[in-house]
Amino acid sequence: MRRLRDWLGGNAAAVVSLFFLVGLFVLALAAPLIAPYPPTGQNLGNTLAEPSWAHWMGTDDLGRDVFSRLIHGAPSTLFASFLAVSVATVIGVPVGLLAGFMGGWVDDVISRVIDTLLSFPGIVLAIGVTGALGIGLTNAMIAVGIVFSPGLARLMRAQTLVVKQELYVDASRCFGASLSRILLKHVAPNAIQPVIVQVTLLLAVALLAEASLSFLGLGVQPPLPSWGGMLARAYNYMEIAPEQMYAPGIAILLTALAFNTLGEALRQALDPTRRRR
Amino acid sequence: MLANSPRLRLVGRRFVQIIPVIVLATFVVFGLLKLVPGDLAATLAGEYATEARVAQIRAEYGLDDPFLVQYGRWLLNAVQLDLSRSFQSNEPVLDQILHRFPTTMLLVVGALLISLVVGIPLGILAATHAGSRLDTVVTSLSSFGVALPNFWLAMILVATLSLSWGWFPATGAVRFASDPQGAIWHAVLPSIALAAGGIAEVVRQLRSALIEILSSQYVRTLYAKGLSPAAILWKHGLKNVAVTLLTVIGLLISRLLGGAVVIEAVFAIPGMGSMVVRAAIVKDFPVVQGVVFTMVILVIAINMVIDLLYTVVDPRVALK
Repeated sequence: MRRLRDWLGGNAAAVVSLFFLVGLFVLALAAPLIAPYPPTGQNLGNTLAEPSWAHWMGTDDLGRDVFSRLIHGAPSTLFASFLAVSVATVIGVPVGLLAGFMGGWVDDVISRVIDTLLSFPGIVLAIGVTGALGIGLTNAMIAVGIVFSPGLARLMRAQTLVVKQELYVDASRCFGASLSRILLKHVAPNAIQPVIVQVTLLLAVALLAEASLSFLGLGVQPPLPSWGGMLARAYNYMEIAPEQMYAPGIAILLTALAFNTLGEALRQALDPTRRRR
Repeated sequence: MLANSPRLRLVGRRFVQIIPVIVLATFVVFGLLKLVPGDLAATLAGEYATEARVAQIRAEYGLDDPFLVQYGRWLLNAVQLDLSRSFQSNEPVLDQILHRFPTTMLLVVGALLISLVVGIPLGILAATHAGSRLDTVVTSLSSFGVALPNFWLAMILVATLSLSWGWFPATGAVRFASDPQGAIWHAVLPSIALAAGGIAEVVRQLRSALIEILSSQYVRTLYAKGLSPAAILWKHGLKNVAVTLLTVIGLLISRLLGGAVVIEAVFAIPGMGSMVVRAAIVKDFPVVQGVVFTMVILVIAINMVIDLLYTVVDPRVALK
């Protein structure tokens, strides 16, 4: 516990965030065991009910238990965030590494492509890609991942430019190390730290993107539960049951906040200038 | 007298640099079509189309030509401001975009203004009182702002300010050209919802940039010289964060354009965002391509203007 806190730079908020996220993961994995009702079980005799002992967060427009849907929405939300960020990492990190290390025309070409992709408003490009690939959560998040990748590539490139000047890189080259060995053993591990911070922060952005896309009807498809999709339904009943929108919205807000807090704490913990002070 | 100024040369150089970016952007926009799995013609024709109809569509859109030929044809049309026709309504895509463009821009500009008007004072306050309770409150609020789903905030605003209290219209938009006052009235809530993340971004960036400047060597010299803290802040501190502010504005415009897409859905605003979402759902690809293309050109153009403004704010940029 103490060590965990030290590692996060003595940041209490970051520890709370970490516990919140771990709790959310457990909840997501154990969703079928914990949720009191099946997430798609309708009860048209009891729609838009107020919170009660039987239904902690009330029921939605089809009489489905909001609490159960919230819990069952967690796995797809977390899966979506991690899928998008994984796609971004798998594309962005090697491309940035290559551009930074090779330099010359390779760097020029890759940098122009990165500049171009970064000019697209992220969510609009993601909507376009989702429309082309076909609507659905997996496609939507692959699209979001593609949209994130140039940002990670640019960061990795900048880091690689710094690290490749280091003496140990020259030394290993003199010892006859192969290009792939230099990249994987020496450059990548020393350039990756800010990328890890960025990846943590991107998880929050991906979460918000997933919620937005599901809200727009481009992500998780009904009747499967998702937080963004629940908000889309709540939107339709805003006039008669405005309380429907609180639970999913707060869930999105807290999870995004936890990812951000953790990312910022990591940034501080990994920042060498701050540690010295 | 301007002919040989370094600024003008910079303008020329930027124009040359921007051309490959625009070409690549068109390539990406056109390439979206190539992501469609399976036979594009069959997808466009719909589920129950006959073989003949599929073949007709294939011929009509030249889908049998090599990719580069198709791309070249599309680019040539785009250069002549022909963004093809919507599959759904058969209207020219450009006309639809031009019709909806002012509505979306009103939201984006409104949100940008709110972000700056609220964000700049808060950022300055937090930076000049760094480490104080005020700073903690402002910083925590901006953390919330970053994590807040903007469409959820929009829904809360509609539920309270519009539906319960009736202060603002809940949905729709009025064209600015026909009724400016009504248009702004309709744009207030969407702009506020859109601006929440923007305010947070302005506060965070401005705060950290200003703290860095206020703790620099030359500011210490200014203190030693006997300047008052207020004079240092207004005369020296803010002049030096102008560059940061410009960068944030460029970033924000791109992000607000994206955010407007979702916000327009909440307020049922007939702008470019609701247009692209609908088009993506019904697979109306010319419209999707048209909107994405317009937005990316807009962002590239704005970034170029901002690059030029750097030279005004910081003359060292032009001399390099």
